[in-house]
Amino acid sequence: MGLNAALVGRSYPPTAPYLVGREKVREFATAVGDANPVCHDVAAAQALGYPDVVAPPTFAFVVAYAGSSKAALDPDLGLDYSRVVHGEQRFVFQRPIVAGDSLIATATIEAVRAVAGNDILTTRVDLDTEAGEHVATSFTVIVARGTAEES
Amino acid sequence: MAIAYSDVAVGTALPTQTFPVTRFHLVRYAGASGDFNPIHWNEKFATSVGLPDVIAHGMFTMAEAARVVTGWVGDPGALKEFSVRFTRPVPVPNDDHGSQIEVSGEVTELLDDRRVKIMLTATHANQKVLGNAVAIVQLP
Repeated sequence: MGLNAALVGRSYPPTAPYLVGREKVREFATAVGDANPVCHDVAAAQALGYPDVVAPPTFAFVVAYAGSSKAALDPDLGLDYSRVVHGEQRFVFQRPIVAGDSLIATATIEAVRAVAGNDILTTRVDLDTEAGEHVATSFTVIVARGTAEES
Repeated sequence: MAIAYSDVAVGTALPTQTFPVTRFHLVRYAGASGDFNPIHWNEKFATSVGLPDVIAHGMFTMAEAARVVTGWVGDPGALKEFSVRFTRPVPVPNDDHGSQIEVSGEVTELLDDRRVKIMLTATHANQKVLGNAVAIVQLP
């Protein structure tokens, strides 16, 4: 059906704070098979200068997802979410996420386009602490298969 | 132990790793990540939307690719940028063996500020499942 290009640049209200728990970091690290001691052992993390256990890099997506969903599900956008696959993912890290971070995610629509019958949405999500420290930025490209209008 | 900027050159290879992906891994990742899309655990649903089988979460594959980088540098905080395209799904059959994802990496460019660019290659059944998989790390 074609995405509403007028929404490029639209930002969404920040999510409620996501408090990163130590056991959540350990659970996520275990789920991706990351046995790095800094992800599990507080003393090992502190030896590298971190205040608490360090989340594996792609954990940022878990926190960013609530933000990017606000954009993808915006009824003004016209995205058929049932046809969506994850096309591309990019992270830019200021520092890694650590247990104890309270993070807010702010999403902005970066681009919309149609390629070969697919609607493509690029969303940027900034992750900052409640105190205003920038931690990471997540860029997500999702593709709605076969939903674009023929041109 | 930690890799230093002076230790690497264009062409330096990261140790290749092979990661198993079974239904167990996908269910565990679904729980830990909160991504309960049924295409990752329900084959009846997956095949009804045109997929060959249950497929792995793209973010699971990306996480395994990250392990090759963070396992090499030691400090996850060395990773400054990381990007991939999801070019092909990884089907995961419901058997004892599941599938395997093989990830290799190579330093392709030395950048300023002690940063290096790493190109990663992730394959399943000898076919690439990630495209343009690039990590930028900052080394001591």
